[in-house]
Amino acid sequence: MKIRAILAAATAGVLSLGLAACGGEEEPSTGPVSLRMTVWSSNEAHLKLFNEIADAYQAKNPRVTEVKFDPIPFESYTTTLTTQIAGGNGPDLAWLLENSAPDFVGSGALLPLDDTLAKADGYNAADLSPAATKLWQAGGKLFAYPFSTSPFGVFVNIDQLKAAGQQTPAELIAANQWTWEKAVAVAAASATKSGKAGLVVRDFDYKGWDNLSTVWTGWGAQAWSADGKTCGFDQQPMVDAMTFLHKAIFTDKALPGPGTTADFFAGEAAMTVTQISRASLLKEAKFGWDLVPLPTGPKGQYAVIGQAGLGALKKGKNADVAADFLAFFTNPENSAKLAAYFPPPRTSLLTADTLAKTNPLLKPEQLQKVVIDGISGGVVKPSHTGQAEIAQAVRAALDPLWKPDADIKAVLGGVCSAINPLLAK
Amino acid sequence: MSTRFWTGSRRDTLAGYLFIAPQLIGSVLFVFVPLGLVFWYSLHEWNVLADTFTFVGGENYQALADDPKLADALVATGFFSAGLVVLNLSLALLLAVLLNQRLRGTVFFRTVFFSPVVVSLVAWTIVWSFLLQDNGGINGLLELVGVDGPNWLRGEGTAMLAVIVVQVVKNVGLNMVLFLAALQGVPANLYEAATVDGATRRRQFLSITVPMISPTILLTSIITVVGSLQVFAQIAVLTQGGPGTSTTVLVYYLYQQAFQFHHFGYGATLSVLLFAIVLLLTLVQWRMRRKWVFHES
Repeated sequence: MKIRAILAAATAGVLSLGLAACGGEEEPSTGPVSLRMTVWSSNEAHLKLFNEIADAYQAKNPRVTEVKFDPIPFESYTTTLTTQIAGGNGPDLAWLLENSAPDFVGSGALLPLDDTLAKADGYNAADLSPAATKLWQAGGKLFAYPFSTSPFGVFVNIDQLKAAGQQTPAELIAANQWTWEKAVAVAAASATKSGKAGLVVRDFDYKGWDNLSTVWTGWGAQAWSADGKTCGFDQQPMVDAMTFLHKAIFTDKALPGPGTTADFFAGEAAMTVTQISRASLLKEAKFGWDLVPLPTGPKGQYAVIGQAGLGALKKGKNADVAADFLAFFTNPENSAKLAAYFPPPRTSLLTADTLAKTNPLLKPEQLQKVVIDGISGGVVKPSHTGQAEIAQAVRAALDPLWKPDADIKAVLGGVCSAINPLLAK
Repeated sequence: MSTRFWTGSRRDTLAGYLFIAPQLIGSVLFVFVPLGLVFWYSLHEWNVLADTFTFVGGENYQALADDPKLADALVATGFFSAGLVVLNLSLALLLAVLLNQRLRGTVFFRTVFFSPVVVSLVAWTIVWSFLLQDNGGINGLLELVGVDGPNWLRGEGTAMLAVIVVQVVKNVGLNMVLFLAALQGVPANLYEAATVDGATRRRQFLSITVPMISPTILLTSIITVVGSLQVFAQIAVLTQGGPGTSTTVLVYYLYQQAFQFHHFGYGATLSVLLFAIVLLLTLVQWRMRRKWVFHES
């Protein structure tokens, strides 16, 4: 009898949990609303600004009793977010990384924002740069607001270059010689002299290969075609770019080899390729530094941008309120405030003057050349539906490349064999 | 005749059930229900983002049979388990025998070898990830003796070896203590008798020590095999399954499928497979105990 009762209880548990997993949306409530937004920044200044904006929103909307900003570590951000959603505990709003954009935008997990933004007072959605919103649209609808569009640039440790008797990138730019060939030569010479690292492609670490798009775009290479169907790794531009990179790592020793870490911001490298939002790490730098655009490749000048979007989850209990808060959070006035930390997608804010007010560490020339020119002409880092699986397959297939005697063409062909079935999905 | 409901035996029965209730309820809630759910999920295609949960019957099991990457994961798991069990048990037994002597300093060394067991697994692994870097501490030491060490975590062969060694050093102390306890339970008069009969130390070890501690050998081997199939944090911190897929063991592959690629249904199917493997191995070891394990009675 007892056993039967226990089994019945267990079965009921299984069924209710199973049903909860496939349950539909709940009715919008009319009572007090509490919103939760997941972010990957736990920077105090960022959170202070967010809370100020949220307080202003709550003052206007007394129904909203709480807006909670919930920081999740960057390394596991998307995994944690999807696990929360799977567990029925998803946030109302979420920051989204560009590499998960196609998955989130294409799946229907997010609420379309167009109507809410159109209704919002003085929102001026037409001000959003089309280059910035492209990734976050599907079927003509906008599913997330690209609150941060951050171009990649090269941070330079001037002291280390000078100690090695090298020309600085600023001098090379003036002489029209700021090319990848030259950058690698300078980095190699500096590394030999200092015994530290030369050039570090930040967050690559022989795993985060999408960061290498900051290099190969200079050769006109791409991970896959614009429609996402054709693999680009085995094509000539990529072979050339990777051959160059391989030589720079294993022959010139301009980049630290696999399994060696070096942090530019701690003074351990002469140069680093990273997003300009990292400039804040140089606040207390004990060395002279500069920020310059990416060197030119054989295909000339180019820029690469990384993006982050903000979306409202459709499944949330108060999705409409969440979308309304999103519209407030990103209205012209608040966008200007957010621009202090996150390069904005609004063209009216993309002037060296405006950005200079909020980015005191960067000179107007740096803002113009790296940020503004970068955002208007930049290529977004590679992203694709099912990105995580593709990224993992590319990482595994690229591993044999990171050896001194690698057969570059064969390895890159192997990358395409590994991801072609995934691209076709 | 009395028709009292609460007879002595009924009362005893109730007391018995009450005693096992906490354990039983815990097991049902945290073991059997999740197990049932995992099996239930494995019959579904669960797209978290699109919020769809569709019954697909045996499709995930068919995908399991057709998955070319699964073979790699199973091979990696096999290598890891075999390497770990052999290295861990032999090292633990060796240390236990050495530290079972009545010599000065054995207590100190027992503490030294046991202390990694109580260190946080992730902290332990992170420290090792620094030591195993190309320019890390291990290669620095090797350089002192004129050896140019490999890039441990980046070589296909050395990465697995590194993960195994990190795990062995972490946990060998636990098995060592279990072996020590068993060794101290072996009656001294057996050795005395053997010595009188002229048996060598080696013969004594093989014919007295090993049979007498065989129950412990069985226990430690079950614990170690089952534990080796669950390795996750070490892989996640040290290699993330690379280089290539050489250290993508079954649990890590399961994690990738479910939590990184969002294939929760397929991830659940892999869990069922893992469950079946652990169950099978444990049953095999348990069955073979009659053959292996010496019982005094």
